[in-house]
Amino acid sequence: MSVVTLTVNDELVSAQEGQSLLSLLEELGIQIPTLCHLEGLSERGGCRLCLVEVEGSNRLLASCVTPVQEGMVVRTHSDRLLKYRRMILELLFAERNHVCAVCVMNGHCELQDQAVNLGMDHVRYPYLNPDLPVDASHERFVLDHNRCILCTRCVRVCDEIEGAHVWDVMGRGVNSRIIADLNQPWGTSQSCTSCGKCVQVCPTGALTTRGVTVAEMEKQHDFLRWILDGRNKKQWHYPAGEQ
Amino acid sequence: MNRADLENMAQREQERQQGFRCRLLCCASTPCLSSGGTAVADALQDEIARRELNAEVQVVSTGCMGPCSRGPVVTVQRQGEPDLLYENVTPDAARRIVQQHVQGGEPVQEHLLPLDIPFFTKQHKVVLSNSGLIDPERLEDYVARGGYSALAFALREMTPEEVCAEIIRSGLRGRGGAGYPTGLKWDLVRKAPGARKFVVANGDEGDPGAYMDRTLMESDPHRVLEGMAIAGYAVGAEQGYIYVRGEYPIAAKRLERAIRAAERRGLLGSRILDSNFNFRIDVRIGAGAFVCGEETALMASIMGRRGQPVPRPPYPAQRGLWGMPTLINNVETLGNVAPIITHGADWFAGIGTEKSKGTKIFALAGKVATTGLIEVPMGITLREIVFDIGGGIPDGGTFKAAQTGGPSGGCIPAQFLDTPVDYESLRALGSIMGSGGLIVMDDRSCMVDVAKFFMEFCMDESCGKCVPCRVGTVEMYELLRRITDGSATPADLATLEELCVMVQETSLCGLGQSAPNPVLSTLRYFRDEYEAHIRERRCPAGVCSLDQVPVLEWPDRLHAQALAGNGSISGEVN
Repeated sequence: MSVVTLTVNDELVSAQEGQSLLSLLEELGIQIPTLCHLEGLSERGGCRLCLVEVEGSNRLLASCVTPVQEGMVVRTHSDRLLKYRRMILELLFAERNHVCAVCVMNGHCELQDQAVNLGMDHVRYPYLNPDLPVDASHERFVLDHNRCILCTRCVRVCDEIEGAHVWDVMGRGVNSRIIADLNQPWGTSQSCTSCGKCVQVCPTGALTTRGVTVAEMEKQHDFLRWILDGRNKKQWHYPAGEQ
Repeated sequence: MNRADLENMAQREQERQQGFRCRLLCCASTPCLSSGGTAVADALQDEIARRELNAEVQVVSTGCMGPCSRGPVVTVQRQGEPDLLYENVTPDAARRIVQQHVQGGEPVQEHLLPLDIPFFTKQHKVVLSNSGLIDPERLEDYVARGGYSALAFALREMTPEEVCAEIIRSGLRGRGGAGYPTGLKWDLVRKAPGARKFVVANGDEGDPGAYMDRTLMESDPHRVLEGMAIAGYAVGAEQGYIYVRGEYPIAAKRLERAIRAAERRGLLGSRILDSNFNFRIDVRIGAGAFVCGEETALMASIMGRRGQPVPRPPYPAQRGLWGMPTLINNVETLGNVAPIITHGADWFAGIGTEKSKGTKIFALAGKVATTGLIEVPMGITLREIVFDIGGGIPDGGTFKAAQTGGPSGGCIPAQFLDTPVDYESLRALGSIMGSGGLIVMDDRSCMVDVAKFFMEFCMDESCGKCVPCRVGTVEMYELLRRITDGSATPADLATLEELCVMVQETSLCGLGQSAPNPVLSTLRYFRDEYEAHIRERRCPAGVCSLDQVPVLEWPDRLHAQALAGNGSISGEVN
């Protein structure tokens, strides 16, 4: 596979052709905030947190869906980008009812982490306060629409890894909702295998294990790597401590 | 069918039409039908039957004739006499037309709309040249006016490279709004490697107040099909899809009929016109989402998936439907193809301006005397469109602004009335050509209210995939709502402006990237109106009822300070 050379934050670096810009930045140790991206799942380019400036393009490009190109000049942390990332987080917090203090994911939540990392300490936009239900019909898990950021990691993991495609998105715009099967209570879904993959990949408290209390829920994304390495490389055993 | 059969068919149909002493052309396009066109056509038929004129007088249901606000309209063609056009025809008037004009030869004066007014004389019809003159449900009518001869010519006399070169030379640019050179796009798809290729006609027109594509599909469906077939030949595709908006049932029905008719005669399908070229067209009906006009969302919808855009590149020309190279053109763009092949690229390039060639169809709406569908050469000034063609502002109003490009466009104020209408000039003013909606506003329109209207539309139509568009449009609408109901502060205006720029620069697809345009362009030219709403709590145009003014039990000094937005408020609050 051929190698391309590009400039990232004024430094010349090389990358493999076809590689996404985001994976290159991760290799280089450059921290880029992401929410809808999760290694092992298809890319969506929806949260727009991983936007970067590319010289010669008048638009900002989502690094998760932009392949590296020879001679590209990339900036990852300009003032403009930092401001936009904070604004995007503010919009996410204003969109639904993210009340960290009473959330089961408090302290383990990716949305909360991003807000802390990016220094987003208040929301300047009108809170929309939608009246959203909680689906607690499943015997093991709970879906709380109030915490959902529509990253569709659950949709993709269920479709691409588990192969059940229980989840999908209904409606459009700010009225989009994650639904199980044909918009029925999760507990009545015939296609759900209760594997819990969706719960583990959800970045917020939207999908949680039933019965956990505030700040208890922690999620493990590692299983994606075990499954995909097993499927693709037939590599099932990890050295102790790496799992 | 071969080329000679096609010519025979045209000749037979022309002779048949000349066999009638008089032809009555009734508009059967959506605006005229909704104002009672069906009853008028029935009344004409009944009256002709009653007077036993069936053999010498023909009633034809045609497509749009243009002046939609004056519908239903009827054209009377009497042999040896110039055509006459009637406006606001009622069933009663229709019977009088038959009795007095068709039989007696004396026009019915009170419904007559002169054909020498600027509304007609300033137009230049290329795409709509058949519209209003042929029955869209009859293939023979189209063939009689030279239909499918461009396809026959291209198949016999030109190679695909030559067709692409001809389109490049003509200077035709995409009529969907962005204005990308059509020929270059065709050439890209032609050169792209792929086992199969597709041609898609984008008839998903969602802009409020715009109906150019609907009219073309309803009035002259074969024109679009012929353009698609030529495009298919040029790029090497054997399958085409025409994506019609779900709200256009008449257009979908007429297209279906047109496809069947063309297939029966060997003008579509296998071995078209006895050549080696095969091309099938299928109609796909959208479910009514504005975002499905965006090409990647449209392709997802055609493939039966959720209509959401995906980031480009790869562009559809490289990876489109089912991963194959796909050519996507607006139906109006495809409507230009047959005339270019027939009359040549030089003829087409002779119309319009240096960088914007040809004509553009506009749906003229809002505060003008005559609203309707017009086709004008590129480079015509806005003043000519509004005051000559549209007949000026009714009820003694004055022109304030013209909104072009729908929710993706912007407002052009009165000082730019003499700007030529072409892609570059409109962009320089902060607006766009768009697909061709043109809404005229007078001094009784509130620009903040207009911006709010378009933002509400974008908010409802956002697909919800990316955060800036999904939530940003709602927040922008919320801020605009506060301004129009009188509860906004100067800080809200600053927040709104910042949010507009952010949504524009960070959204995934064109819907989000252009959603703030109406706000930004009204802020650019009518900032004083926004400030009047916020600081003086009044709407200069008298549209908004500012009844949500918060009643603050504060000392006047603090209230004034808060309204002025002078930082923090200190002092005693009673």
